[in-house]
Amino acid sequence: MALIEAINLTKLYRMGDETVHALAGVSFSIPQRDYCAIVGPSGSGKSTLMNILGGLDTPTNGRLTIAGNDIGEMSDDDLAVFRNQTIGFVFQSFNLLPRLTALENVELPMIYGGVLPKERHERAAHLLQRVGLGERMGHKPTQLSGGQQQRVAIARALAGQPKLILADEPTGALDTNTGIEILGLFGQLNREGATIVIVTHDHEVAGATNRTIEMRDGHIVSDELNDRSARHDANV
Amino acid sequence: MMRTSDLVASAARALRANPMRSALTALGVIIGVASVVAMVALGSGAQAQVQRSIASLGSNLLIVVPGALRGGGGVRGQAGAGGGWDALTLDDAAAIAQLENVAVVAPSQRTRAQVIANGTNWSPEVNGVTPDFLVARDWNIDQGRMFDETEERQARRVVVLGQTVADNLFPNMDPIGQTVRMNGGTYEVIGILASKGQSGFQDQDDIVLAPFTTVKRRIAGRRGRADSVSQISVKAQSEDVLSQVQEDVENLLRQRHRTREGEDDFTVQNLSSISEAMAQTTQVFTYLLGGISAVSLLVGGIGIMNIMLVSVTERTREIGLRKALGARQSDILHQFGLEAVTLSVAGGIIGLVIGVAGAWGMTTLFNLPLVVSPLNAGLAIAFSGLVGVVFGAYPAWRAAKLDPIEALRRE
Repeated sequence: MALIEAINLTKLYRMGDETVHALAGVSFSIPQRDYCAIVGPSGSGKSTLMNILGGLDTPTNGRLTIAGNDIGEMSDDDLAVFRNQTIGFVFQSFNLLPRLTALENVELPMIYGGVLPKERHERAAHLLQRVGLGERMGHKPTQLSGGQQQRVAIARALAGQPKLILADEPTGALDTNTGIEILGLFGQLNREGATIVIVTHDHEVAGATNRTIEMRDGHIVSDELNDRSARHDANV
Repeated sequence: MMRTSDLVASAARALRANPMRSALTALGVIIGVASVVAMVALGSGAQAQVQRSIASLGSNLLIVVPGALRGGGGVRGQAGAGGGWDALTLDDAAAIAQLENVAVVAPSQRTRAQVIANGTNWSPEVNGVTPDFLVARDWNIDQGRMFDETEERQARRVVVLGQTVADNLFPNMDPIGQTVRMNGGTYEVIGILASKGQSGFQDQDDIVLAPFTTVKRRIAGRRGRADSVSQISVKAQSEDVLSQVQEDVENLLRQRHRTREGEDDFTVQNLSSISEAMAQTTQVFTYLLGGISAVSLLVGGIGIMNIMLVSVTERTREIGLRKALGARQSDILHQFGLEAVTLSVAGGIIGLVIGVAGAWGMTTLFNLPLVVSPLNAGLAIAFSGLVGVVFGAYPAWRAAKLDPIEALRRE
């Protein structure tokens, strides 16, 4: 069974008298170890889809199963546990807590997972080494460059040993070279076994992945495999 | 689910991030708790003092004074003001002594005089008394002796000094056998009274006892009749018969003075009932002070709520992130609730310390006993914790209910 199974997902928003179909019945499946991009202009429904995939929102209709969890059937607390155990988020603006060191930021999801302090430290330190920040664990976010902050955020996303990494415009706040580095890191993680979904409006970014799902007006308009080897392997 | 130790660490970190703000917020509770603790301690001290000083006047004691009790509660004509001055006489005292259940009757004449010794001046209350006065007032001799009945009858020039008078006139010196001068006469000091301490703002040890006849003839001057007294102390045999004796004394004096009820020219004061009434008054006073101070605690609580609401708004993004990372509503609720409770309990503990210190300062100033019960201290802390829970609940609930998508979008 695929990691993500979406069948005829709809999401309606009421704005005054008007009903907006943010998702107008989308179906797709994403297998484990996939590395795919969801692209589309703003208003296409890609952000709504990402929120639903991440357990931050629930579909109005349709059926969504992620790693065996039926998202539509879950309570708020179930969703919180689901986000903690199954999903790793990476945001455009990093969203690191400025008061905490890099290490403590990475530990944060494990705090909500009830992991003991000693194990937390070890895992966080190991993850920071894995993303190439072994030397800067004690730094606060303000002492790190944008690329470094996003690496901390990726380490944090990995902390809960998630089945799915959801990245929302992960290179949007970075310069081109740093963005390429971050995409390289994602590629490396994918080859090591991670399932990664990147939501972006940028086709360059989408091109770094294996597969591009293009959305418009709440529909999937195309879903294609990328010829990745030609374009981005060189940068990894 | 978040572990408790992580919850505490997280709250402590958040409060440390804004030390000035945290301190100012806690200050509201600090002031509230400090004033409640200080006011209640002060009131309890006053209460204890009232009871102690009334008990120190003597047990099972009735005090008969000339003059009627006015409607407003004051005593008219007492202590030489107006026509009531002569109303009580030695014969009245003798008649009271014949009543049933009366243990001791001690008539006394109060006056003021300048006492001189070693070139030092002192103006204590001078009381002309019989030897039974000490029995009636449960008073003891500390050094030397009391004058006896013979000395009293013969109007000897002897005095017994209160501690305050002795300390002031004879510092670093044994006063027994020394002489003092009053109204031009010379008197021998034969005894020193044991200390009774303060009664309200009055120093009970600022007193000189002399034989009744001596005071009448040589010190009080020619005011009034020769056999009039300014006070009769009546000691009943027990607490149980005190009210009965009071009634008997009133009836007897009405009969002797040919007055009717309501036209009395004397007043019988029952110290037990006065003591009870005053204790009740001071207790009400204590509650009142505590209640007023509790309002400031309430204001402190509102301060906490205000700051927590600001904090929730400022940290909306953080809350959204925490939720995205797997925080449940209860985790967020507990985190913000704990921050509020930590602020208020920390304020409560500091306030308790300041309040006790303040109470100590005030009681020392007013010469009251310091009464701080562990129960009251515990209540103050518990109540400040409750303030944190009550006023932290709404902001924490708001934080817990935030939609993570909206919260993450907030800049």
